[in-house]
Amino acid sequence: MEQGRARAPLPPPGLDKPAALCQARGMSVSPQPNSFRTLPDERGHFGRFGGRYVAETLMPLILDLEKEYRAAKADPAFQAEFDDLLEHFVGRPSPLYFAPRMTAHYREAAPQGMGPKIYFKREELNHTGAHKINNCVGQILLALRMGKTRIIAETGAGQHGVATATVAARFGLPCVIFMGAKDVERQKPNVFRMKLLGAEVVPVTSGAETLKDAMNEALRDWVANVHDTFYIIGTAAGPHPYPELVRDFQSVIGKEAREQILKAEGRLPDMLVAAVGGGSNAIGLFHPFLDDPDVAMVGIEAAGHGIASGQHAASLTGGGPGILHGNRTYLLQDEDGQITEAHSISAGLDYPGIGPEHSWLHESGRVRYLPITDNQALDAFQLCCQLEGIIPALESAHALAALPELTLTMGEDQIIVVNVSGRGDKDIFTVAEALGVKL
Amino acid sequence: MTARLANAFARGRPALVCFITGGDGDTAANLDALVAGGADVIELGMPFTDPMADGPAIQQANLRSFAAGTKTADLFRIAGEFRARHPEVPLVLMGYANPMTIRGPEWFARECAKAGVDGVICVDIPPEEDAELGPALRAAGIAPIRLATPTTDAARLPVVLDGSAGFLYYVSVAGITGMQQAAQGSIEDAVARLKAATDLPVAVGFGVRTPDQAARIARVADGVVVGSALVDLVARHGADAPGPLRELTGALAAAVHAAREVA
Ligand SMILES: Cc1ncc(COP(=O)(O)O)c(C=O)c1O
Repeated sequence: MEQGRARAPLPPPGLDKPAALCQARGMSVSPQPNSFRTLPDERGHFGRFGGRYVAETLMPLILDLEKEYRAAKADPAFQAEFDDLLEHFVGRPSPLYFAPRMTAHYREAAPQGMGPKIYFKREELNHTGAHKINNCVGQILLALRMGKTRIIAETGAGQHGVATATVAARFGLPCVIFMGAKDVERQKPNVFRMKLLGAEVVPVTSGAETLKDAMNEALRDWVANVHDTFYIIGTAAGPHPYPELVRDFQSVIGKEAREQILKAEGRLPDMLVAAVGGGSNAIGLFHPFLDDPDVAMVGIEAAGHGIASGQHAASLTGGGPGILHGNRTYLLQDEDGQITEAHSISAGLDYPGIGPEHSWLHESGRVRYLPITDNQALDAFQLCCQLEGIIPALESAHALAALPELTLTMGEDQIIVVNVSGRGDKDIFTVAEALGVKL
Repeated sequence: MTARLANAFARGRPALVCFITGGDGDTAANLDALVAGGADVIELGMPFTDPMADGPAIQQANLRSFAAGTKTADLFRIAGEFRARHPEVPLVLMGYANPMTIRGPEWFARECAKAGVDGVICVDIPPEEDAELGPALRAAGIAPIRLATPTTDAARLPVVLDGSAGFLYYVSVAGITGMQQAAQGSIEDAVARLKAATDLPVAVGFGVRTPDQAARIARVADGVVVGSALVDLVARHGADAPGPLRELTGALAAAVHAAREVA
């Protein structure tokens, strides 16, 4: 990261280089203007990633969903209802907040003249406490459009479960949430929230009893109830068109951030940082900036006990391409293609895969992905509480934990935006335990 | 294309297709018991850590197989040894996309051909993603066997049939393996619809457990697939499973084979 300039992307051979980026790097420009924002193709592929790897039973429904999503996208009434709910129900726009003490803190640690202005995109101020609700509002409107009368979802940290239960209550639809039994245990407050909101929470006892297994169980429920059930997937992964539509619904984050930073600073930021579980908060922030060559982007993967320990959830850093849960993407797996267990202190990042668009952005070099360990995230969690009076979600703490490294090489006149994807109230028990505090 | 599959459906009577999970128990002995009981086609399940289309019975079978240390190489060894013992019995591998494609489709197709596998059912590769595996299988003479389901409507059926080979597997219920039973009427309608659209044999599975059920389905279908009921026997009897497997297969085979004889 020389002088905090956007890292020059290195597209693999065969990948068309977006014209703007080529120009920025003084390279010859390919004849057609190109873009990082035109994918997926009509078959749901982001380069070699994405696709629709589902059982035949689900295929007609997925095709239907795609048709309905295209129609909704073109329907001003759908967009208007989505916008209205985001404003009045979710509480958008979320602020873009200048974090003065954190900025000063890292300037102190950095060499003379270094240490950028740090801004937080405050998704934790949304109704239900995370970015997850943006996507849920969009998907339940699709469900209603399709005449579905029952909602299911998987959840890890419980944030997506809570957000789904919330929109289901708001629209009066019955809702079943699948949650790994281990997550039910470590995210008790969210389990109770979902129940208060009228959802049925099904603890999943297969596999490692975390997010991956919850997703398997949700898919099993879905094939058995295709006729009346809508599956609200919680991240930018799964079979096409989910990665696309979740990204589109979450892109409100980046669209707002863009407007807000232009208003506050009169220019675009130099760098965006977001934690990546499946990748929805990150792609939501990144996507509107993908064709701005001077905006660098960093996605943070959960490195658990460290990549070398084998106990992590960093599919890009520590995994390889494969097929799971409806898409081809980077996965944690063994040489036989069996999926291995992920580990992260953050339940929302504890997943052995990643959304297909991130796999593509990784290989194209447009976005850089860095691993952050449990301990680094715990430190950043506490620092954010103390310096800014904001208790971040453990997921978001992974993004904040990249600041010590990233700020070192960025000048004082530069700007970095961190997506604070959620608030940490749900995590206080986990953090207390990790810090050896008895509540 | 190997002739074994075609022959199994060309005996002038419905065929019994039997599924068990590879590496769960003494698979070689269990497979021999299925053949001795009268199975016409063997489906060997490739264990996967995330079997999204399977109910508890087959999920547990996968876990037992992994606990015993089963690797993909073991599956092909089991298949190859089966082929050596039973040169005429068609053998189909059933499983999920990731273990089948992880080393590339050509590698998988080549191993199948070497082991004498006749067909492959991949649960999570729909026709839309055929390029992932289909061309390699066809080039190696292995039949890509596709699934049709209650949600496969008339408009979509040609898409499913295009590129299908071996037989058409009708999943009689929208759901996972080993759970519900479909209503006989709906099966009959569906089989009639499928048979009007293809010359491939149509085998019906998901939720079939008893000889009575199997016989009713065999009156209209070219084949009946039984899986979870057999896997349950492996779970219950462990090393002693071959006896009970042979017994149930025998009863199923008798019922299926005689289903169209006038009572
Ligand atoms: C607050 C928060 N941030 C991030 C994530 C990770 O998901 P994604 O990568 O889809 O944003 C979660 C998931 O539960 C979450 O709750």
